[in-house]
Amino acid sequence: MFKEDTIAAIATPSGYGGISIIRISGSEAFKVCDRVFKMKKGSIFDVPKNTINYGHVVDKDTNEIIDEVLVSKMCEPHSFTAEDVIEINCHGGMSVTKDILNLVLKNGARLAEAGEFTKRAFLNGRIDLVQAEAISDIITAKTSNFAKSAMSSLKGDLSKRIDDIKADITNMLARLEVTIQYPEYDEEDLTNNEIVELINSMKSKLNKIIATFEKGEILKDGINVAIIGKPNVGKSQLLNALINENKAIVTEEAGTTRDIVDEVVNIKGVPIKFIDTAGIRNADSKVEKIGIDKSIAMLEESNIILFCIDTSRALDTEDMDIIKMLPDDKEILVVLNKMDLNTNMDTIKAFENYKTVEISALKKEGIEKIENKIYELTGLTEDDEVGNTLVSNVRHKNLLIGAREDFDNAIKMINEGLEVDLAEIDINSALGKLGGITGETTSEDIIDEIFKNFCLGK
Amino acid sequence: MSFLAGEYDVIVIGAGHAGCEAALASARKGSRTLLLTLNLDALAMMPCNPSIGGTGKGHLVREIDALGGEMGKNIDKTFIQTKTLNTAKGVAVQSLRAQADKKKYQEEMKFVIENTDNLDLKQQEAVEILTEDEKVSGVITHTGAMYKTKAIVICSGTYLKGRIIIGDVSYSGGPNGIFPANKLSDSLKKLGFKLLRLKTGTPARVNKRSIDFSKMEVQFGDKEITPFSFENEDKDLDYDEQPCYLAYTNEKTHEVIKDNLHRSPLYSGNITGIGPRYCPSIEDKIVRFADKERHQLFVEPEGLNTNEMYLQGMSSSLPEDVQVKFLRTIKGLENVEIMRVAYAIEYDAVEPTQIELSLESKVVKGLFTAGQINGTSGYEEAAAQGLIAGINASNYVQNKEPLILDRASSYIGVLIDDITTKGTKEPYRMFTSRVEYRLLLRQDNADLRLTPYGYEQGLISKERYENLLKYEDAVNNEKSRLKQVKITPSNENNQKLTEIGTTPLRNTITVYDLIKRPKISYDDTEIFDENRAELSRRVKQQVEIQIKYHDYILKQQASIDKFKSMEKKVLPEDINYNEIKNLRLEARQKLEDIRPKNLGQASRISGVSPSDINVLLIELAKNK
Repeated sequence: MFKEDTIAAIATPSGYGGISIIRISGSEAFKVCDRVFKMKKGSIFDVPKNTINYGHVVDKDTNEIIDEVLVSKMCEPHSFTAEDVIEINCHGGMSVTKDILNLVLKNGARLAEAGEFTKRAFLNGRIDLVQAEAISDIITAKTSNFAKSAMSSLKGDLSKRIDDIKADITNMLARLEVTIQYPEYDEEDLTNNEIVELINSMKSKLNKIIATFEKGEILKDGINVAIIGKPNVGKSQLLNALINENKAIVTEEAGTTRDIVDEVVNIKGVPIKFIDTAGIRNADSKVEKIGIDKSIAMLEESNIILFCIDTSRALDTEDMDIIKMLPDDKEILVVLNKMDLNTNMDTIKAFENYKTVEISALKKEGIEKIENKIYELTGLTEDDEVGNTLVSNVRHKNLLIGAREDFDNAIKMINEGLEVDLAEIDINSALGKLGGITGETTSEDIIDEIFKNFCLGK
Repeated sequence: MSFLAGEYDVIVIGAGHAGCEAALASARKGSRTLLLTLNLDALAMMPCNPSIGGTGKGHLVREIDALGGEMGKNIDKTFIQTKTLNTAKGVAVQSLRAQADKKKYQEEMKFVIENTDNLDLKQQEAVEILTEDEKVSGVITHTGAMYKTKAIVICSGTYLKGRIIIGDVSYSGGPNGIFPANKLSDSLKKLGFKLLRLKTGTPARVNKRSIDFSKMEVQFGDKEITPFSFENEDKDLDYDEQPCYLAYTNEKTHEVIKDNLHRSPLYSGNITGIGPRYCPSIEDKIVRFADKERHQLFVEPEGLNTNEMYLQGMSSSLPEDVQVKFLRTIKGLENVEIMRVAYAIEYDAVEPTQIELSLESKVVKGLFTAGQINGTSGYEEAAAQGLIAGINASNYVQNKEPLILDRASSYIGVLIDDITTKGTKEPYRMFTSRVEYRLLLRQDNADLRLTPYGYEQGLISKERYENLLKYEDAVNNEKSRLKQVKITPSNENNQKLTEIGTTPLRNTITVYDLIKRPKISYDDTEIFDENRAELSRRVKQQVEIQIKYHDYILKQQASIDKFKSMEKKVLPEDINYNEIKNLRLEARQKLEDIRPKNLGQASRISGVSPSDINVLLIELAKNK
């Protein structure tokens, strides 16, 4: 449904272009921008319209600088949507762009639906009648497409599972409401513990649905696998073996793979992007320093890390340093390379508690084992196919996540000792969001439920 | 033969709870008003339960009062017990309820009406609505008297073609032994109204002297009286408290009922009207909830100068002999004497989607309807509509804009929007769960929300309005002041905090922040704020509520802002939905039928989907 709140989205096509643009449109565009954008002097409110302004996007919760950016300010009605518009030009990488978008969303904007900027432009009279007819067609088309896609995505059991949670909510609300509407009848009040327990069980159902979206995303967009290790442990050879292509430069001299090279490989239907990081070591050279910083950033962006070890040598301080910087929240697979040479048993023993795989990149032995392990780590099974995942629509996912936040808020309020009818505001809001996927639940449904299950009246 | 008997601006037909409010509002707004009733002794009659208010309904009464209506003031003159319900729950769902002295309630209301300027009260049955150029022009009564008028408000309650059913006996009749109005609904049909047939019922009244109260649980009301009317806020109301009693049905009761089910008209098919699910008859409860061993019944007094007692929970349409038999199985009722037997009543109503949000009909200009004729149930629901219909009938005559309250403003707004947008299949009752923004629409702030409208409509005096502004200022000033009063984390302060049952401080906070903590009242914080001025009870209460729920109120306010932006998108009156190709067929029909005023209302019609709303948005933009 159309709402005149402030919306944001990435306006440039996704990919690895030099620059990406995040567009924010709506009455609070400047306010949202001000919360994330810091200039040397003053704020976005002070600068004149139609200007491009240099500064940084900063996450004010952590004070972390996310990117160096240029921000364009356009005032209503002289913008594409005829609303106040902010465009943040940032460095192209998908992860930075997404981080900025997430920050913007966290600070008061809502993720725009497909075509929503155009729709606003039209509704605000920026597009003329001929164009309007065309858009009307698009929107109708979108509706029927939506109906189709809704049919197909609801064909699985998404709608059944959401209706199941909605029924749980309606049922609980009816039990809460019945004692509110009929305080003097001997229907028992739910205790706070019972309510929290009920909400938690709904939340875990919701989590299962949300998890399928993540799987769907993996199938659609693939995952990033970073290859890390000190210089000359055979990372580029490994990559080459994995992609059967000589794109990364393989050399005997330590530190020659400076640029980050990546390739997409299809493993059992999952697009896997391998990122070969520059050989990490304590470099003095400035050029290498940049490469190393980038490698660390790449680790953050990856889903799985292949940590490459030369098993023919003993572990040294450089290996140990890398072990220390491995993030806790990523899947790590230790690749024991050079098994064709004399193996150092101490080196192998050091990784007893890790997931490991033994290979020889040079002889292309054990590559399939790595592929199998990576597939295993995605959490996918043979049953997961594109089209089979429950949730593939971003709007649906956002609604589900929003509903989960509502549940969390409700639990928090109850635990803080607030009255249950206040927590009901959040519970109702969750119900509304789920209704946004499968159709509304009205207060009449709750009243129906009350009179179906409780015995009341004059 | 008819004769010209008089000329009025507004004629109100029916003097129940809707009609009384309608007539008073219209007359007080300066319109020459006539109030017609079948029987002067049935004015403001309470043919069912002897109480005003209750969950959701209490909100309505407070809102009626805030707008300048009479119900709150009248019950404050005539109550014999009051109770605030849900005190253990949040402020949003607390509702006031008062037991009424029924006869006194009628007398007081009648006296107010008789003493109101611009208002004539007559015992006459209206039998026909006259129209000219599709506008109302007059009313003809059963004696042939013809009254000319510009606007009519019909508040016919359950009288239209009323039919009483008691087991296998049924006859034409209105409520409580009054005769029905058998002709007016034919006139409405002729004018083009679609009619509904609805049903409701009431339990038996029994003689107090035949009850053994020692076998029942006695129930008194609150010690501290909360008045319904904001005008009585600081007054000491005089009343004579009467208790209610709680009793239970048992296996024997259920046995008697089960053995006689075949004699119930509900099961023999003798009742065709649709009854409300929220007041099922006792036989219905026993059939549907077969595993329940007992059902509650509340024995309530009907007034001070009567021995009649009302048996809440025992509504029935079983034959009289069965009623006597099953009641006598109940502990305390072994020797009970029924004075008025329980009955079901069927009546005509109009399909409420034929009515505008102003309560003017879409069928005939100048014709307004309010109360049970619109498919609702309850004294309070009726009075709320009566007030709005009376205000708008007068506005219509005076060429003024109608007063339309939206869902974000009031329970009244929700009630009217619900019935006119969605229609109803059973008599509609107010519930707090129907209200989206119930944390904002509390009974304690009904005056802050609605008194400005009442003042604008000429129903609230300047003095009362100015008092409201003063009160509002006092609340705001106190809130600002509390933001300045600091509490340091000293040992002494932390000791005090522990004593009032809350956690000690690490950093300095303000009294304002302390009130935000759960279970801390405004009065609890006085120990940190010793020089505070003594404020009135309601200022303190309002300050506490507004601070405590501030964050949640903001949350709801944000949803209201979204809601309002849709309500502002007005649909043109001449829009032809059949010509909008992209609308789905079902949506086209529903929209043509109901003809919503704006997109918000359109989105609440069942059968209109979000994508239909998008299509309408585009249509609106095209026509700009």
